[in-house]
Amino acid sequence: MTEESFEPKIVGFLCNWCSYAGADLAGTSRTKYKPNVRVIRVMCSGRVDPLFVLKAFEKGADGVLIAGCHPGDCHYMSGNYKTRRRMELMRRMLEQFGINPERLRLEWVSAAEGARFAHVVNDMTEKIRELGPSPINGGATDE
Amino acid sequence: MGVAVYICHCGVNIAKTVDVKKVVEEIEKMPEVTICRDYQYMCSDPGQELVKKDINKYQPSSVVIAACSPRMHYPTFQGTLKEAKMNPYCLEMANIREQCSWVHEDKERATEKAISLVKSAVAKAALLEPLIENEVPVTPAALVIGGGIAGIQSALDIAEAGYKVYLVEREPSIGGHMAQFDKTFPTLDCAACILTPKMVDVARHPNIELRAYSEVEDISGYIGNFKVKIRKKPRYVSEEHCVACGDCATECRLADRIPNEFDHNLSKRSAIYVPFPQAVPLKYTIDPDRCLMITRGKCGKSPKCVDACSANAIDFEQKEEVEEVEVGTIVVATGYSEFDPAQKPELHFNDLGNVLTGLQFERIFAPNGPTSGELVINGKVPKKIAFASCTGSRDKRVGNPYCSRVCCMYIAKQAHLVKEHIPDADVSVYYCDVRAFGKGYEEFYERVQKEGVHYRRGLISEVYEEDGRVHVRGEDSLMAEPFDEGVDLLVLGTGIIPNADSNEMGQLLHISNSSDGFYLEAHPKLRPVDTVTDGIFLAGCAQGPKDIPDTVAQAGAAAAHVIDVLSKGKITIEPYNAVVDTDLCGGCRICESLCPFDAHHFNEEKGVMEINDTLCKGCGVCGAACPAGAISLNHFRDTQIFAQIGAVLND
Amino acid sequence: MSKPKIAFYWAGSCGGCEVAVVDLGEKIYDVVDAFDIVFWPVAIDTKYDDIRNLEDGEIEVCFFNGCIRNEENEEIARLLRQKSKVMIAFGSCSHLGGIPGLGNLSSRDETLDYVYRKTPVSGNEGGTMPCTTCVKDGNTIDLPALRTEVSALNDVVDVDYYIPGCPPPLPVIEGAVAALMNGELPRKGAVLSTEKTVCDECDKEKRKKMVGKARRIYDDDVDPSRCLLEQGIPCMGPATRGGCEAACPSANMPCTGCMGPPPASQEQGSRMVTAITSLIGVENEREATAEEVAEALASLRDPVGFFYMYSLPTSFLKRRYNDE
Repeated sequence: MTEESFEPKIVGFLCNWCSYAGADLAGTSRTKYKPNVRVIRVMCSGRVDPLFVLKAFEKGADGVLIAGCHPGDCHYMSGNYKTRRRMELMRRMLEQFGINPERLRLEWVSAAEGARFAHVVNDMTEKIRELGPSPINGGATDE
Repeated sequence: MGVAVYICHCGVNIAKTVDVKKVVEEIEKMPEVTICRDYQYMCSDPGQELVKKDINKYQPSSVVIAACSPRMHYPTFQGTLKEAKMNPYCLEMANIREQCSWVHEDKERATEKAISLVKSAVAKAALLEPLIENEVPVTPAALVIGGGIAGIQSALDIAEAGYKVYLVEREPSIGGHMAQFDKTFPTLDCAACILTPKMVDVARHPNIELRAYSEVEDISGYIGNFKVKIRKKPRYVSEEHCVACGDCATECRLADRIPNEFDHNLSKRSAIYVPFPQAVPLKYTIDPDRCLMITRGKCGKSPKCVDACSANAIDFEQKEEVEEVEVGTIVVATGYSEFDPAQKPELHFNDLGNVLTGLQFERIFAPNGPTSGELVINGKVPKKIAFASCTGSRDKRVGNPYCSRVCCMYIAKQAHLVKEHIPDADVSVYYCDVRAFGKGYEEFYERVQKEGVHYRRGLISEVYEEDGRVHVRGEDSLMAEPFDEGVDLLVLGTGIIPNADSNEMGQLLHISNSSDGFYLEAHPKLRPVDTVTDGIFLAGCAQGPKDIPDTVAQAGAAAAHVIDVLSKGKITIEPYNAVVDTDLCGGCRICESLCPFDAHHFNEEKGVMEINDTLCKGCGVCGAACPAGAISLNHFRDTQIFAQIGAVLND
Repeated sequence: MSKPKIAFYWAGSCGGCEVAVVDLGEKIYDVVDAFDIVFWPVAIDTKYDDIRNLEDGEIEVCFFNGCIRNEENEEIARLLRQKSKVMIAFGSCSHLGGIPGLGNLSSRDETLDYVYRKTPVSGNEGGTMPCTTCVKDGNTIDLPALRTEVSALNDVVDVDYYIPGCPPPLPVIEGAVAALMNGELPRKGAVLSTEKTVCDECDKEKRKKMVGKARRIYDDDVDPSRCLLEQGIPCMGPATRGGCEAACPSANMPCTGCMGPPPASQEQGSRMVTAITSLIGVENEREATAEEVAEALASLRDPVGFFYMYSLPTSFLKRRYNDE
């Protein structure tokens, strides 16, 4: 696959209260961004089980984006902290699995940050494009 | 059976960028799909009729609407399903407008994304289960925390509607900050004249149980059924017997020796005191941190207050009392604190005598204040006065990026009052913007300028003392020149900050604080009075800085929400809750400490966790942490999310 | 009528599973009474050809222990599957991939290079490496090649039942044998143990948890009467199927997860990751930087090695990839 034609497939888990609302705001503001992220809505970023991340990679995602409320703003008080800790360990584990940890990204996007959501999506899409297809997706082993 | 799918054109909003026909074509191929249609406006009456007709004809097990954001119209289409006698939770929406057609330009790729999003919705919908809303009865009483103007207004409104109110105030008297003000902007109403009648109404209202000098110690339960522990601190004075004659305070050995917090330490009081003469309840209180009898166990031969009290009201044996009450709803009206200017060392607030905070200056004007309303500072009448706006507001260096919303106007009011007291005073306001946004505010600001108050654009960057005068230094950014003025008095436009215990209180209430530390409303625009915890509402500055009219308006709105809940007698609860499969739960108790709402309860006998449906808010943090996979979250089950992951990745 | 035939096989594993069978003690006589053991390389002299000569499905039950590490393991797994009515994966290695499954974090070449050339005791000055064909005294011998990755038994053949554990605990084996002899086997694909987790069988006192930093079992102030996890000792018990009667925690050693994931868990490693990271407190979390969060979790060392000690080849990601 050439770099030109490679369109990263990114699964996004967005919390209902901040980030999903932020993504909606990008829409109502008609802020344009890349169509590579497929959003799955969850009530809280704390709902994002590491299992979902691994499942997404297993099914061929080139990247996984998790977005939740800024620290202190969680609709459920502390769900985002749990996610931050989980994803920190997940990143270390992805490294052990030989998967570039940059393929997993955790971002805080508030309901007022439509432009920021668009920026995050664009930036992540380009970073993943540079990284190329997921080794799981492409099935490339190190042998 | 199967899934019925509807793709909305939203006029051209969706159809301009997404090839709707192509989406229908692709979705029709999915084996789960029974019927797939497109329509101009799904949310319109004919659009909804279409869905209802199909439900009757095809009896689908679930419905997918691909249109705008579920945050917009999910409840609308839930209503459609209900009208067609279908469970309203067998509905999934694909957001192909806000998150697709409006944000992409390439029609081919937008269509491809829309197909993927609809497939994801269908994959989830095929696994949705009917959910039943819970109904719980409501205790017809309310708790109002905080007895400032917000709490007073809420309590009165709720009580007037016929419901019992417990009004808890931690200070010896209700009244809050408003009781400390002299006049209110922009109308220059006397604060006491408009507040004290309301305070008296509170005391007299048959439906209001006032718990002053009390604190909320614990809250458990949920909307309709909260249990509240109120701790009443001992006044060491019998409220029943005290007639507030004041003889005790006059006789107290520490009379005029203790800084008076009501006057922001500008005056002195006794160890036995009422905060101000119009206090409600008008009962004396002994300061447990100061009184010699309490701190040392001995006050001369016998305490003078006891000797002076002809009503025999003083009782050093009084103990704190904890009372448990049941209420259906709670209004949080805990108010604010004033920014401490010592946090800005360049102001030398604690070193210089002639620098006051905004609230201190309020007390100077107050007829019941330290100078009995005379504008005298340290024994002198100031002739040259400077105001510094935005002290501790809009200031990231002290961690307060927000605007306190009242300082500009109280500075204008105080500047006016200075001119009223001392017509020839030289008054300057150093500002960076003037925000006079309320009704009559801009007019008032103009009036004050016409009265000869100088507004100079440029914040004070340094304060120092020279020749017995306070000097303010900075740059006038309109004139592009530095200034350095010696003044007799500098008044800081100190801002509003959350109370020091606002996080602690938030945890007690299971409500969130926003990043500025004030309580977080459920939606910044559409639910500004609600919190994330059902049945708990916000009023006044606890939610964010606001002036008196806004506070009173929000307090009334909070009361209306309370009355709404109480009058229904029962409430329904969204069934997005976490469910424990007790056959699989190993009783490790990991989930228990994660729940922000204390919904988890460990059944010691069975060795399994149980989750209270009413307390659970469905965040799913426990489900995502259950190492056995024994907790699932209704409507966001692992299998449903896996199906979505598979669908968006074309698996 | 001849007795039904059974077979035991030892593939890629340490041999502990064989010992576990012997642990049945005198109960093994019941098995011998009821069944005819046609194949058990560690105990009786049989050859692969003996199996090849059987009819398909002629073996009633095959107990297969060990992972599929080399081509021989795979070949014999297929052969035994063909000849057996019921195929049982016996022990963690055949059930989940087992400890040898952690070999999937290295490539085959890295593994061989390390084992034959780099270990302090290799003493292989010429750098000789194993090969698949060997000529000795004029005879050519073919040797099985190491597979590129370790697999659990069900990755190469259809498996009917699983007996978990490293090695399977005696009560679990006894239960399975009894079910077999009485013809009371559950639905196909079942793991023949309890449905609940190790915690359910662990009698240590469990409270509402909040863990500070992860610690090690040899820290001196561990209270043996209380849950090890809530004292900061990573214990896989909550994410692990019971049946072992919490043997390790009962001996004050944390569970390492050999019984594999409980029924609804899907992925033992990440389930435990999420549980333990949910519990580890970060001070003043609101202001915490990414570095502080990382620091708080730094005490959880080698997460894949710990959380997937037995289950890597059957986890979602299965092995190490190469993401340049």
